[in-house]
Amino acid sequence: MTTTESSDLDLGVFDGQRERAAAIVARYPQPRSALLPLLHLVQHVEGHVSRAGVAFCAEVLDITPAEVSAVATFYTMYKREPVGEHLVSVCTNTLCAALGGDDIYAAVRERLGGIGHEETAGTPGEPGSLTIEHAECLAACDLAPVLTVDYEFFDRQTVDSAREIIDALQRGEKPHPTRGAPLTDFRRIELLLAGFFDEVELGGAAANAGPSADTATLAGARLAEERGWHAPPMPEPGDRDSGATLQGGAS
Amino acid sequence: MTEAPESYRPAPLTPVLTRRWLLPESWTLRHYTELGGYEALDTAFATDPADLVTLVKDAGLRGRGGAGFPTGMKWSFIPQPKPGEEPTEATKDAPQFKPKYLVINADEGEPGTCKDVPLMMADPHSLIEGCIITSYAIRANFCAIYVRGEVVHAIRRLHWAVREAYEAGHLGTDIHGTGFDLDIVVHAGAGAYICGEETALLDSLEGRRGQPRLKPPFPATAGLYAAPTVVNNVETIATVPSIVAGGKDWFRTMGREKSPGPKIYSLSGHVENPGQYEAPLGTTLRQLLEMAGGMKDGVPLKFWTPGGSSTPLFTAEHLDVPLDFEGAAEAGSMLGTTALMIFNETVSVPWAVMKWTEFYEHESCGKCTPCREGNYWLAGILQRMNAHQGTPEDIDTLLDVCSNVLGRSFCALGDGAVSPITSGIKYFRQEFLDLCQEQPAGTDNARVLAGAH
Repeated sequence: MTTTESSDLDLGVFDGQRERAAAIVARYPQPRSALLPLLHLVQHVEGHVSRAGVAFCAEVLDITPAEVSAVATFYTMYKREPVGEHLVSVCTNTLCAALGGDDIYAAVRERLGGIGHEETAGTPGEPGSLTIEHAECLAACDLAPVLTVDYEFFDRQTVDSAREIIDALQRGEKPHPTRGAPLTDFRRIELLLAGFFDEVELGGAAANAGPSADTATLAGARLAEERGWHAPPMPEPGDRDSGATLQGGAS
Repeated sequence: MTEAPESYRPAPLTPVLTRRWLLPESWTLRHYTELGGYEALDTAFATDPADLVTLVKDAGLRGRGGAGFPTGMKWSFIPQPKPGEEPTEATKDAPQFKPKYLVINADEGEPGTCKDVPLMMADPHSLIEGCIITSYAIRANFCAIYVRGEVVHAIRRLHWAVREAYEAGHLGTDIHGTGFDLDIVVHAGAGAYICGEETALLDSLEGRRGQPRLKPPFPATAGLYAAPTVVNNVETIATVPSIVAGGKDWFRTMGREKSPGPKIYSLSGHVENPGQYEAPLGTTLRQLLEMAGGMKDGVPLKFWTPGGSSTPLFTAEHLDVPLDFEGAAEAGSMLGTTALMIFNETVSVPWAVMKWTEFYEHESCGKCTPCREGNYWLAGILQRMNAHQGTPEDIDTLLDVCSNVLGRSFCALGDGAVSPITSGIKYFRQEFLDLCQEQPAGTDNARVLAGAH
């Protein structure tokens, strides 16, 4: 794409986002740091990064569309085709795969008519449309195998439980993640990723939904509690060799 | 330094970072402060920043993101004006007069690693208190927490905690009446493993492709916006408040001489009770497995990683290796992120190695040829071998390509990528050879050129 082409694009779809874009830019010491959140904002509007979205970011930051495209194409989470109502990501990295992740991904594909990585069942923009992908390690290995829907965790999955999630999503239901807030949809989560975490459409204080941690994650903490194991007690400030303000011992 | 008495032994588990995790709503400011949260802040503010750097240095804290670099030393590399030094026409652009930045690497993505995300979900305020103390110590007024984009609930909790900290006066201007100002921004990444590399992370945070920078200059002198920057891992910085509260000698009652302190060991895979186990550094897998209820269904251990897929594999021979920076290295691997992925006898090593190599192939940023091309060919060869179409010579080819990636790549991604291959062949060569023997019936032996498709 070239600059001349992008000047022909209609950026009207982003008119309602200028205030948010300015708020993103204002967070950083230098404006260009806003580019990743701006691209998330674009996906909030369009469900992917379109040429117009690239032009919008370029205009906001006063850089070229080529510079924006170079960034947008580098990162896995920026999608080139419109994503469905939900994005289902199945971890197929080694640990999850060894515990069933590959089978789960195969079952998800099969359930959706054999579609593949970054393909969509249904029509993006319509309820129940699902885009799927195989994902790299999602940092939840103690809860393997995992999948995420709109980046919310569904831990310790099986082929059957994954099929149930897919069926429910296609019926327009929103099954509850095993950790985290009630499901919304892909586009609303992109608004969160742009840094607007408490807007009404995101459910406000959704941070307070869900447990502190999954019970498995707490295995060590619980064992320590059961057995009365603690870290060594900290000295009282007055007893510490370095004194209450550390100055003596630290210098 | 006062040594702990010889007879002193800490408990098998020493919850420091994880001590609040069992509380309901442990992520809230209220519960954080109930258990001593933000008390270290005033101790820190009553201390000269340079003395805080020395404290962390003397405590022996080492980076928890994989490399184990001494944290206090990293902070001490930040150029600061000498006492009374004012900028002159000649020095006004010198590093000591530039703004300083703290950047938190929360881009947890090393396969097997799952400690920082639960920490940010369960106790985000410990990270934020650490950010404030660290920023004060290095004299930074802007801190960015770069968190991978795929963990939205951790991001929500971080945003929420940052807001609570602002409202409580722990962030913003003139914090606790000290005249110290600090802003924290929670910055979501967009899915790129390479952004866990600190200079790639900085490029990404500057709104660019996340590709590593040539070093030197190091971030300490030319980091974010070419200004002095400390980049530290989540667990490292979340540990700082406890060092300020407990002192260096308390910290050293846990762990070993060169690797002191508690560490979150992440057990995953074929164990009865996978999860996060916070224990003194130097704890062995045998001890951890015992606490985790042993191998799942009693099926014997075959291989494991001490610290993620980029750390060379261990086997049952290594059950008693002390898992600290020295112990893991002396046994031929690395401590990495203490991501203990545990595999039993049912798992094929060549298959596991292929899956990891496919990961590195996907995540190679493309900047340097050895990593970009090497991982492409390595994945192809391993796929061919796993399809029973390999030959014994493929093992030599794998090792040859590995030797052209290791140490010749632009950053550590390439080095990490070959770890599972070379260690897998070292300990399980026969499994790779067996794959070459087991040609499925009906296949001809025509050589299939890896990657030719």
